[in-house]
Amino acid sequence: MIKTDVVIVGAGPTGLFCAHQLGIIGLKCEIVDNLDKIGGQCIELYPDKPIYDIPAVPECTGEELTNNLIEQIKPFNFNFHLNDRVQELKKVNENWLVKTTQGKEFTAPNVVIAGGVGSFEPRKFPTKSAEKFDGISVLYSIKDKTIFKNKSVAIFGGGDSALDWAIELSNTSNVSLIHRRDEFRGAPASVKKIKELSQKNIINLFTKYSIKDVKGNGSLEEVEIKSEDGESKTIKADYVLGFFGLIMQLGPIAEWGLNLDKKAIPVNTENFETNKKGIFAIGDICTYPGKLKLILSGFHEGALAARGCFKYARPNEKYRFEFTTASNTIKDRLGVK
Amino acid sequence: MAKIKYIEHNGNEHTVDVQNGLTVMEGAVQNDIPGIDADCGGGMSCATCHVYVKEDWYGKLPKKEMGEDDMLDQAYEPKSNSRLSCQIMVSDDLDGLSVYMPEKQV
Repeated sequence: MIKTDVVIVGAGPTGLFCAHQLGIIGLKCEIVDNLDKIGGQCIELYPDKPIYDIPAVPECTGEELTNNLIEQIKPFNFNFHLNDRVQELKKVNENWLVKTTQGKEFTAPNVVIAGGVGSFEPRKFPTKSAEKFDGISVLYSIKDKTIFKNKSVAIFGGGDSALDWAIELSNTSNVSLIHRRDEFRGAPASVKKIKELSQKNIINLFTKYSIKDVKGNGSLEEVEIKSEDGESKTIKADYVLGFFGLIMQLGPIAEWGLNLDKKAIPVNTENFETNKKGIFAIGDICTYPGKLKLILSGFHEGALAARGCFKYARPNEKYRFEFTTASNTIKDRLGVK
Repeated sequence: MAKIKYIEHNGNEHTVDVQNGLTVMEGAVQNDIPGIDADCGGGMSCATCHVYVKEDWYGKLPKKEMGEDDMLDQAYEPKSNSRLSCQIMVSDDLDGLSVYMPEKQV
């Protein structure tokens, strides 16, 4: 059990800057995020796209913004818990007991939900029959590539993940690559390689096809694919892999009793507390009259929510407002002179 | 201004006037029309504002920009008449456009 002042759900820009504000006022926090890296949508959806509306930063990419925010909170040495998702919030006396899918437990008087539009999860096949094999022979990521050795593998998708795995697995497996159109969005060198492998009959390439059905008694045996005009083909497959990118799912947040309004959490605009004492929501996931889904709004919300957290984390102290330019206490916390 | 008809997967139809300069996605969101999620808010980075456009209209719409097809690869059941509604800018020329929603967005 990890004891802290605040658990932040989500390591996007809003969560990161809230952590900074908590550090400035002398509170500790732990940050949990479902992605394997820090940065949220900025790093997952648009790492290379320029952003033009961060105050005093005329232009920066999602990745640059993330790196700068990480740099800014470095002095506080906060812990990140990546590849993990907050599953359950439970009130125990004055504190919130926070449980993650990986089995971690935190106790804190405050939880700040900075979850954006939800957690990123792989987009799955639309076919109902694929669910039966989900996690066994229908997979959306690869942890151990040796399981595919000498097996038939059907890979769906047209991006780098699909192409890279098709190339890699073609060394040891019988690979079919299926994509809904004949252009690929993967790196040009990979596309060239795929076409070569297809010409040499090392990879079976099916373009303008998508999945129709997966079949098998007990274990997966074959996958049926269809073209847009309804023609179908059956391919032998021990494994079916889907690489269709990530989607955002609200997930367990919907079950925390926070009076959700259109997938957003209503908050007050004084400290961004929700209907539950000690649970705050900031950034894209919160809603209030006039809400703007801008990163700069998330920064403001995080700063005020941090002060809201102070009240519960230090009930016997009075919060004192200080400037970073003038306060020696803050300078100590930042490790600067 | 254009009258745009949004047809849900279950057949429910919503016809609304959408101002020029807005996108077809915004027309749906601002009028509380279900079936278009638009999780990323119009940044062409999520494929949750996916619609099907009837063939006769499909050719009349402004062409897809770079990247839209890449995003559509990640949409739910994309077809050859799929578009991201955040990338269709409304103008008088689109008066009478019908778009069909997929069964779901995610």
